[in-house]
Amino acid sequence: MADRKIRVLVAKPGLDGHDRGAKVVARALRDAGMEVIYTGLRQTPEMIAESALQEDVDAIGLSVLSGAHMALVPRILELLRSNGQEDVSIFLGGIIPDEDIPKLQAMGVRGIYGPGTLTEQIVKDIRLAVTRAYADSN
Amino acid sequence: MTLSQELLAGSRLALARVITQIENGTEAGRIALDELFPYTGRAHLIGVTGAPGTGKSSLVNQLAIAFRQSEDGEAGRVGIVAVDPSSPFSGGAILGDRVRMRDLAGDSGVFIRSMASRGSVGGLAVATSGVVQALDAAGFEIILIETVGAGQAEVDIARLAHTTLVVEAPGLGDDIQALKAGILEIADILVINKADRPGVESTERALLSMLQLAYPAKQILRDHSSKPGHRWIEAESPPSNPANSSEAELWVTPVVKTIAVEGQGVSELRSTIELHRRFLAMTGEREQRERRRLHAEVDLLLRDTLLKRWMAGISDGQYEQILDLLVRRELSPWRAVQLLIEN
Ligand SMILES: Nc1nc2c(ncn2[C@@H]2O[C@H](COP(=O)(O)OP(=O)(O)O)[C@@H](O)[C@H]2O)c(=O)[nH]1
Ligand SMILES: [Mg+2]
Repeated sequence: MADRKIRVLVAKPGLDGHDRGAKVVARALRDAGMEVIYTGLRQTPEMIAESALQEDVDAIGLSVLSGAHMALVPRILELLRSNGQEDVSIFLGGIIPDEDIPKLQAMGVRGIYGPGTLTEQIVKDIRLAVTRAYADSN
Repeated sequence: MTLSQELLAGSRLALARVITQIENGTEAGRIALDELFPYTGRAHLIGVTGAPGTGKSSLVNQLAIAFRQSEDGEAGRVGIVAVDPSSPFSGGAILGDRVRMRDLAGDSGVFIRSMASRGSVGGLAVATSGVVQALDAAGFEIILIETVGAGQAEVDIARLAHTTLVVEAPGLGDDIQALKAGILEIADILVINKADRPGVESTERALLSMLQLAYPAKQILRDHSSKPGHRWIEAESPPSNPANSSEAELWVTPVVKTIAVEGQGVSELRSTIELHRRFLAMTGEREQRERRRLHAEVDLLLRDTLLKRWMAGISDGQYEQILDLLVRRELSPWRAVQLLIEN
């Protein structure tokens, strides 16, 4: 299917009002030929899961600077599962303490990116994860 | 159950997935559209177009809220299709209209889908029409379709809608941006949003004078009021038997002022849309528009299908040979087509 486009939801959950990083990632994904649904600041897990469903995205990029990732990520994953979207890959950017990384990976987060990550890496990881998910579903 | 059966049974995930298949132009998408078509034709389709930044998404958000709050307790469900341009360089897109629609989160009677314009103009119109059909079949009674700009794509999408709103805002430059490409002719309702901004009066004056130019001469002669606006609006209620009255068959594009960020003017806009909807139903214009639209859609699909089928029977080598002859001026384009067809 030549026309198949990778669709990615970029969301900023939590209360901190700072989405520069999320916007940089959104632009990089667009420049890599993906369709980015940008939802803006202060998204609740419910809003994120609802948007992911309506937009039928392949992946979700979350930017969390507030330190609330250990509460937000499991809730989002749970909602995705109950909506039948367990095949959607989750990527997380922000300031994530080292000890949380293995826990988040165990929950199913596909990529975790700290400050200074090259956007090329994120693009590559998303493309790989989505291509694999396509292959599994066909 | 097939995907379309799940959609008809009310699954939002199935609806989302059918839309993806339609957008991607897959066989599964075509099958779904075949199965869903008998369930379409019930929704009222509202196009919302205008230059970037005029407040279309904010207005769509407010209109959706207004349509969801029906006094008689029978609020219809609202579907939204928000189209943004794809990057011509990468083919990717940033679709940001949801940012302005966060008030609608948590309402299961609303479904928002962002769409990138992707390839061709005709292709976008066909894909949008398909997406709208999916929402229609899923039981969304009001469907708002937001598009940017003033190009052919907007004219095509206006043809798809029953009621087209053209959104303007003061302070976007003296000459009115979105009106250049004849977009005025597609407006059933003109909205001046950002009415809190300075320059509303001059924008309104400019629009009114352009509207008078845009009308066919007989309509200008009939319009004795200094201000365009439908007579039904001035009379507060429609004439008792408009079908018999030639006067009533005329829709004079009204101008409605709104402040989308505060929700001001939105209920008037909603009433004006309802009025236009009744106008379409009572004058038979709705069926005519529907017929024209289906005609255009089948035309486009037919052309596309015939061309593809034809091209499949011609080898690249053959085509190249003919191109060589054309470049050397040994063959005219018309003769080339004849040669290709007779082959
Ligand atoms: N002052 C004022 N700003 C508005 C109004 N409506 C929208 N805006 C702002 O205009 C900007 C663009 O709005 P948006 O709905 O995204 O416009 P679109 O590009 O046409 O969809 C946003 O910052 C809105 O908050 C309004 O009525 N008054
Ligand atoms: Mg918009």
